[in-house]
Amino acid sequence: MDEGLRGELSRQGVFTATLEELYNWGRRNSIWPLQFGLACCAIEMIATTMARYDLARFGAEVFRPSPRQADLMIVSGTVTRKMAPQVVRLYNQMPEPKYVIAMGACAISGGPFKQGYNVLKGIDRYIPVDVYLPGCPPRPEALLHAFMTLQRRIDQQQLTGRNRPRHLDPDAPGEFPVPQYGAHDLEPPMNPDVWHPPSVARQS
Amino acid sequence: MLGVAVAFVVVPLALARMWARKFSPPKPGPDKNAVYECGLVSQGDAWIQFRPQYYLYAILFLVFDVEAIFLLPFAVAFGGLPVGASLAMLVFLLLLVEGLAWAWVKGVLNWR
Repeated sequence: MDEGLRGELSRQGVFTATLEELYNWGRRNSIWPLQFGLACCAIEMIATTMARYDLARFGAEVFRPSPRQADLMIVSGTVTRKMAPQVVRLYNQMPEPKYVIAMGACAISGGPFKQGYNVLKGIDRYIPVDVYLPGCPPRPEALLHAFMTLQRRIDQQQLTGRNRPRHLDPDAPGEFPVPQYGAHDLEPPMNPDVWHPPSVARQS
Repeated sequence: MLGVAVAFVVVPLALARMWARKFSPPKPGPDKNAVYECGLVSQGDAWIQFRPQYYLYAILFLVFDVEAIFLLPFAVAFGGLPVGASLAMLVFLLLLVEGLAWAWVKGVLNWR
């Protein structure tokens, strides 16, 4: 809608919005995270939900104990290879639309424990991550900023068309294959549809 | 008036269904439909052996909760009830008092 017309109407007291804006506004202001903390970043996540850095102001009123009722999974903490199948299975059990915030260095890429023999080098090997939040651990303000970034991304999602998000596309997968905890490594070690590491372009 | 009331209920529900059909494509899957057990694969049945000791809690709940709720309107209408109604309430009360007395004698209400 024409912005000038919209401004003129709003000055007269008539407010207009598209269905897409309303839909996204409703979704972004009531994101319910899943109660999912793995390690130290979980303590910072808990601190964010408490009095001083209240996350409930942003709509994350309750952290749902069940994935069936959650929209957002804040992967906070080191993901070990033993825990990775459970993380992916929980992600699969969440209904669409679902989002992931990889909180902390360990969830992004393995973090300070990257050389550990049992550390998964980043949860984005198996599930698609929407917001990466660096830090070790990131401060509660940083988690709030990540939450607001996610809200801004939800605002920009379209209802129809080629760029619509995964949950509106009936052909896009809603589940991702769960790795098996094998003898030496997870099988498969990563999901090639999800994990796109940056490739090094060498000057020959 | 009744039509307006029914429409008030039915129209938003119908709109919600139409929205869901267009903008909420179903995506079932084996993991999504599986039983939730904190990310683990559930094994076996959830049919456990039911403990008969739970009947105690059922009796106490009946006495202290359900009966209490029924006593509230009885207390409000206490003065103006006919004899038959008072007798019926008395029978109801005595039945539940018997359950309470039994639980008391059995020592269930003892905190220790």
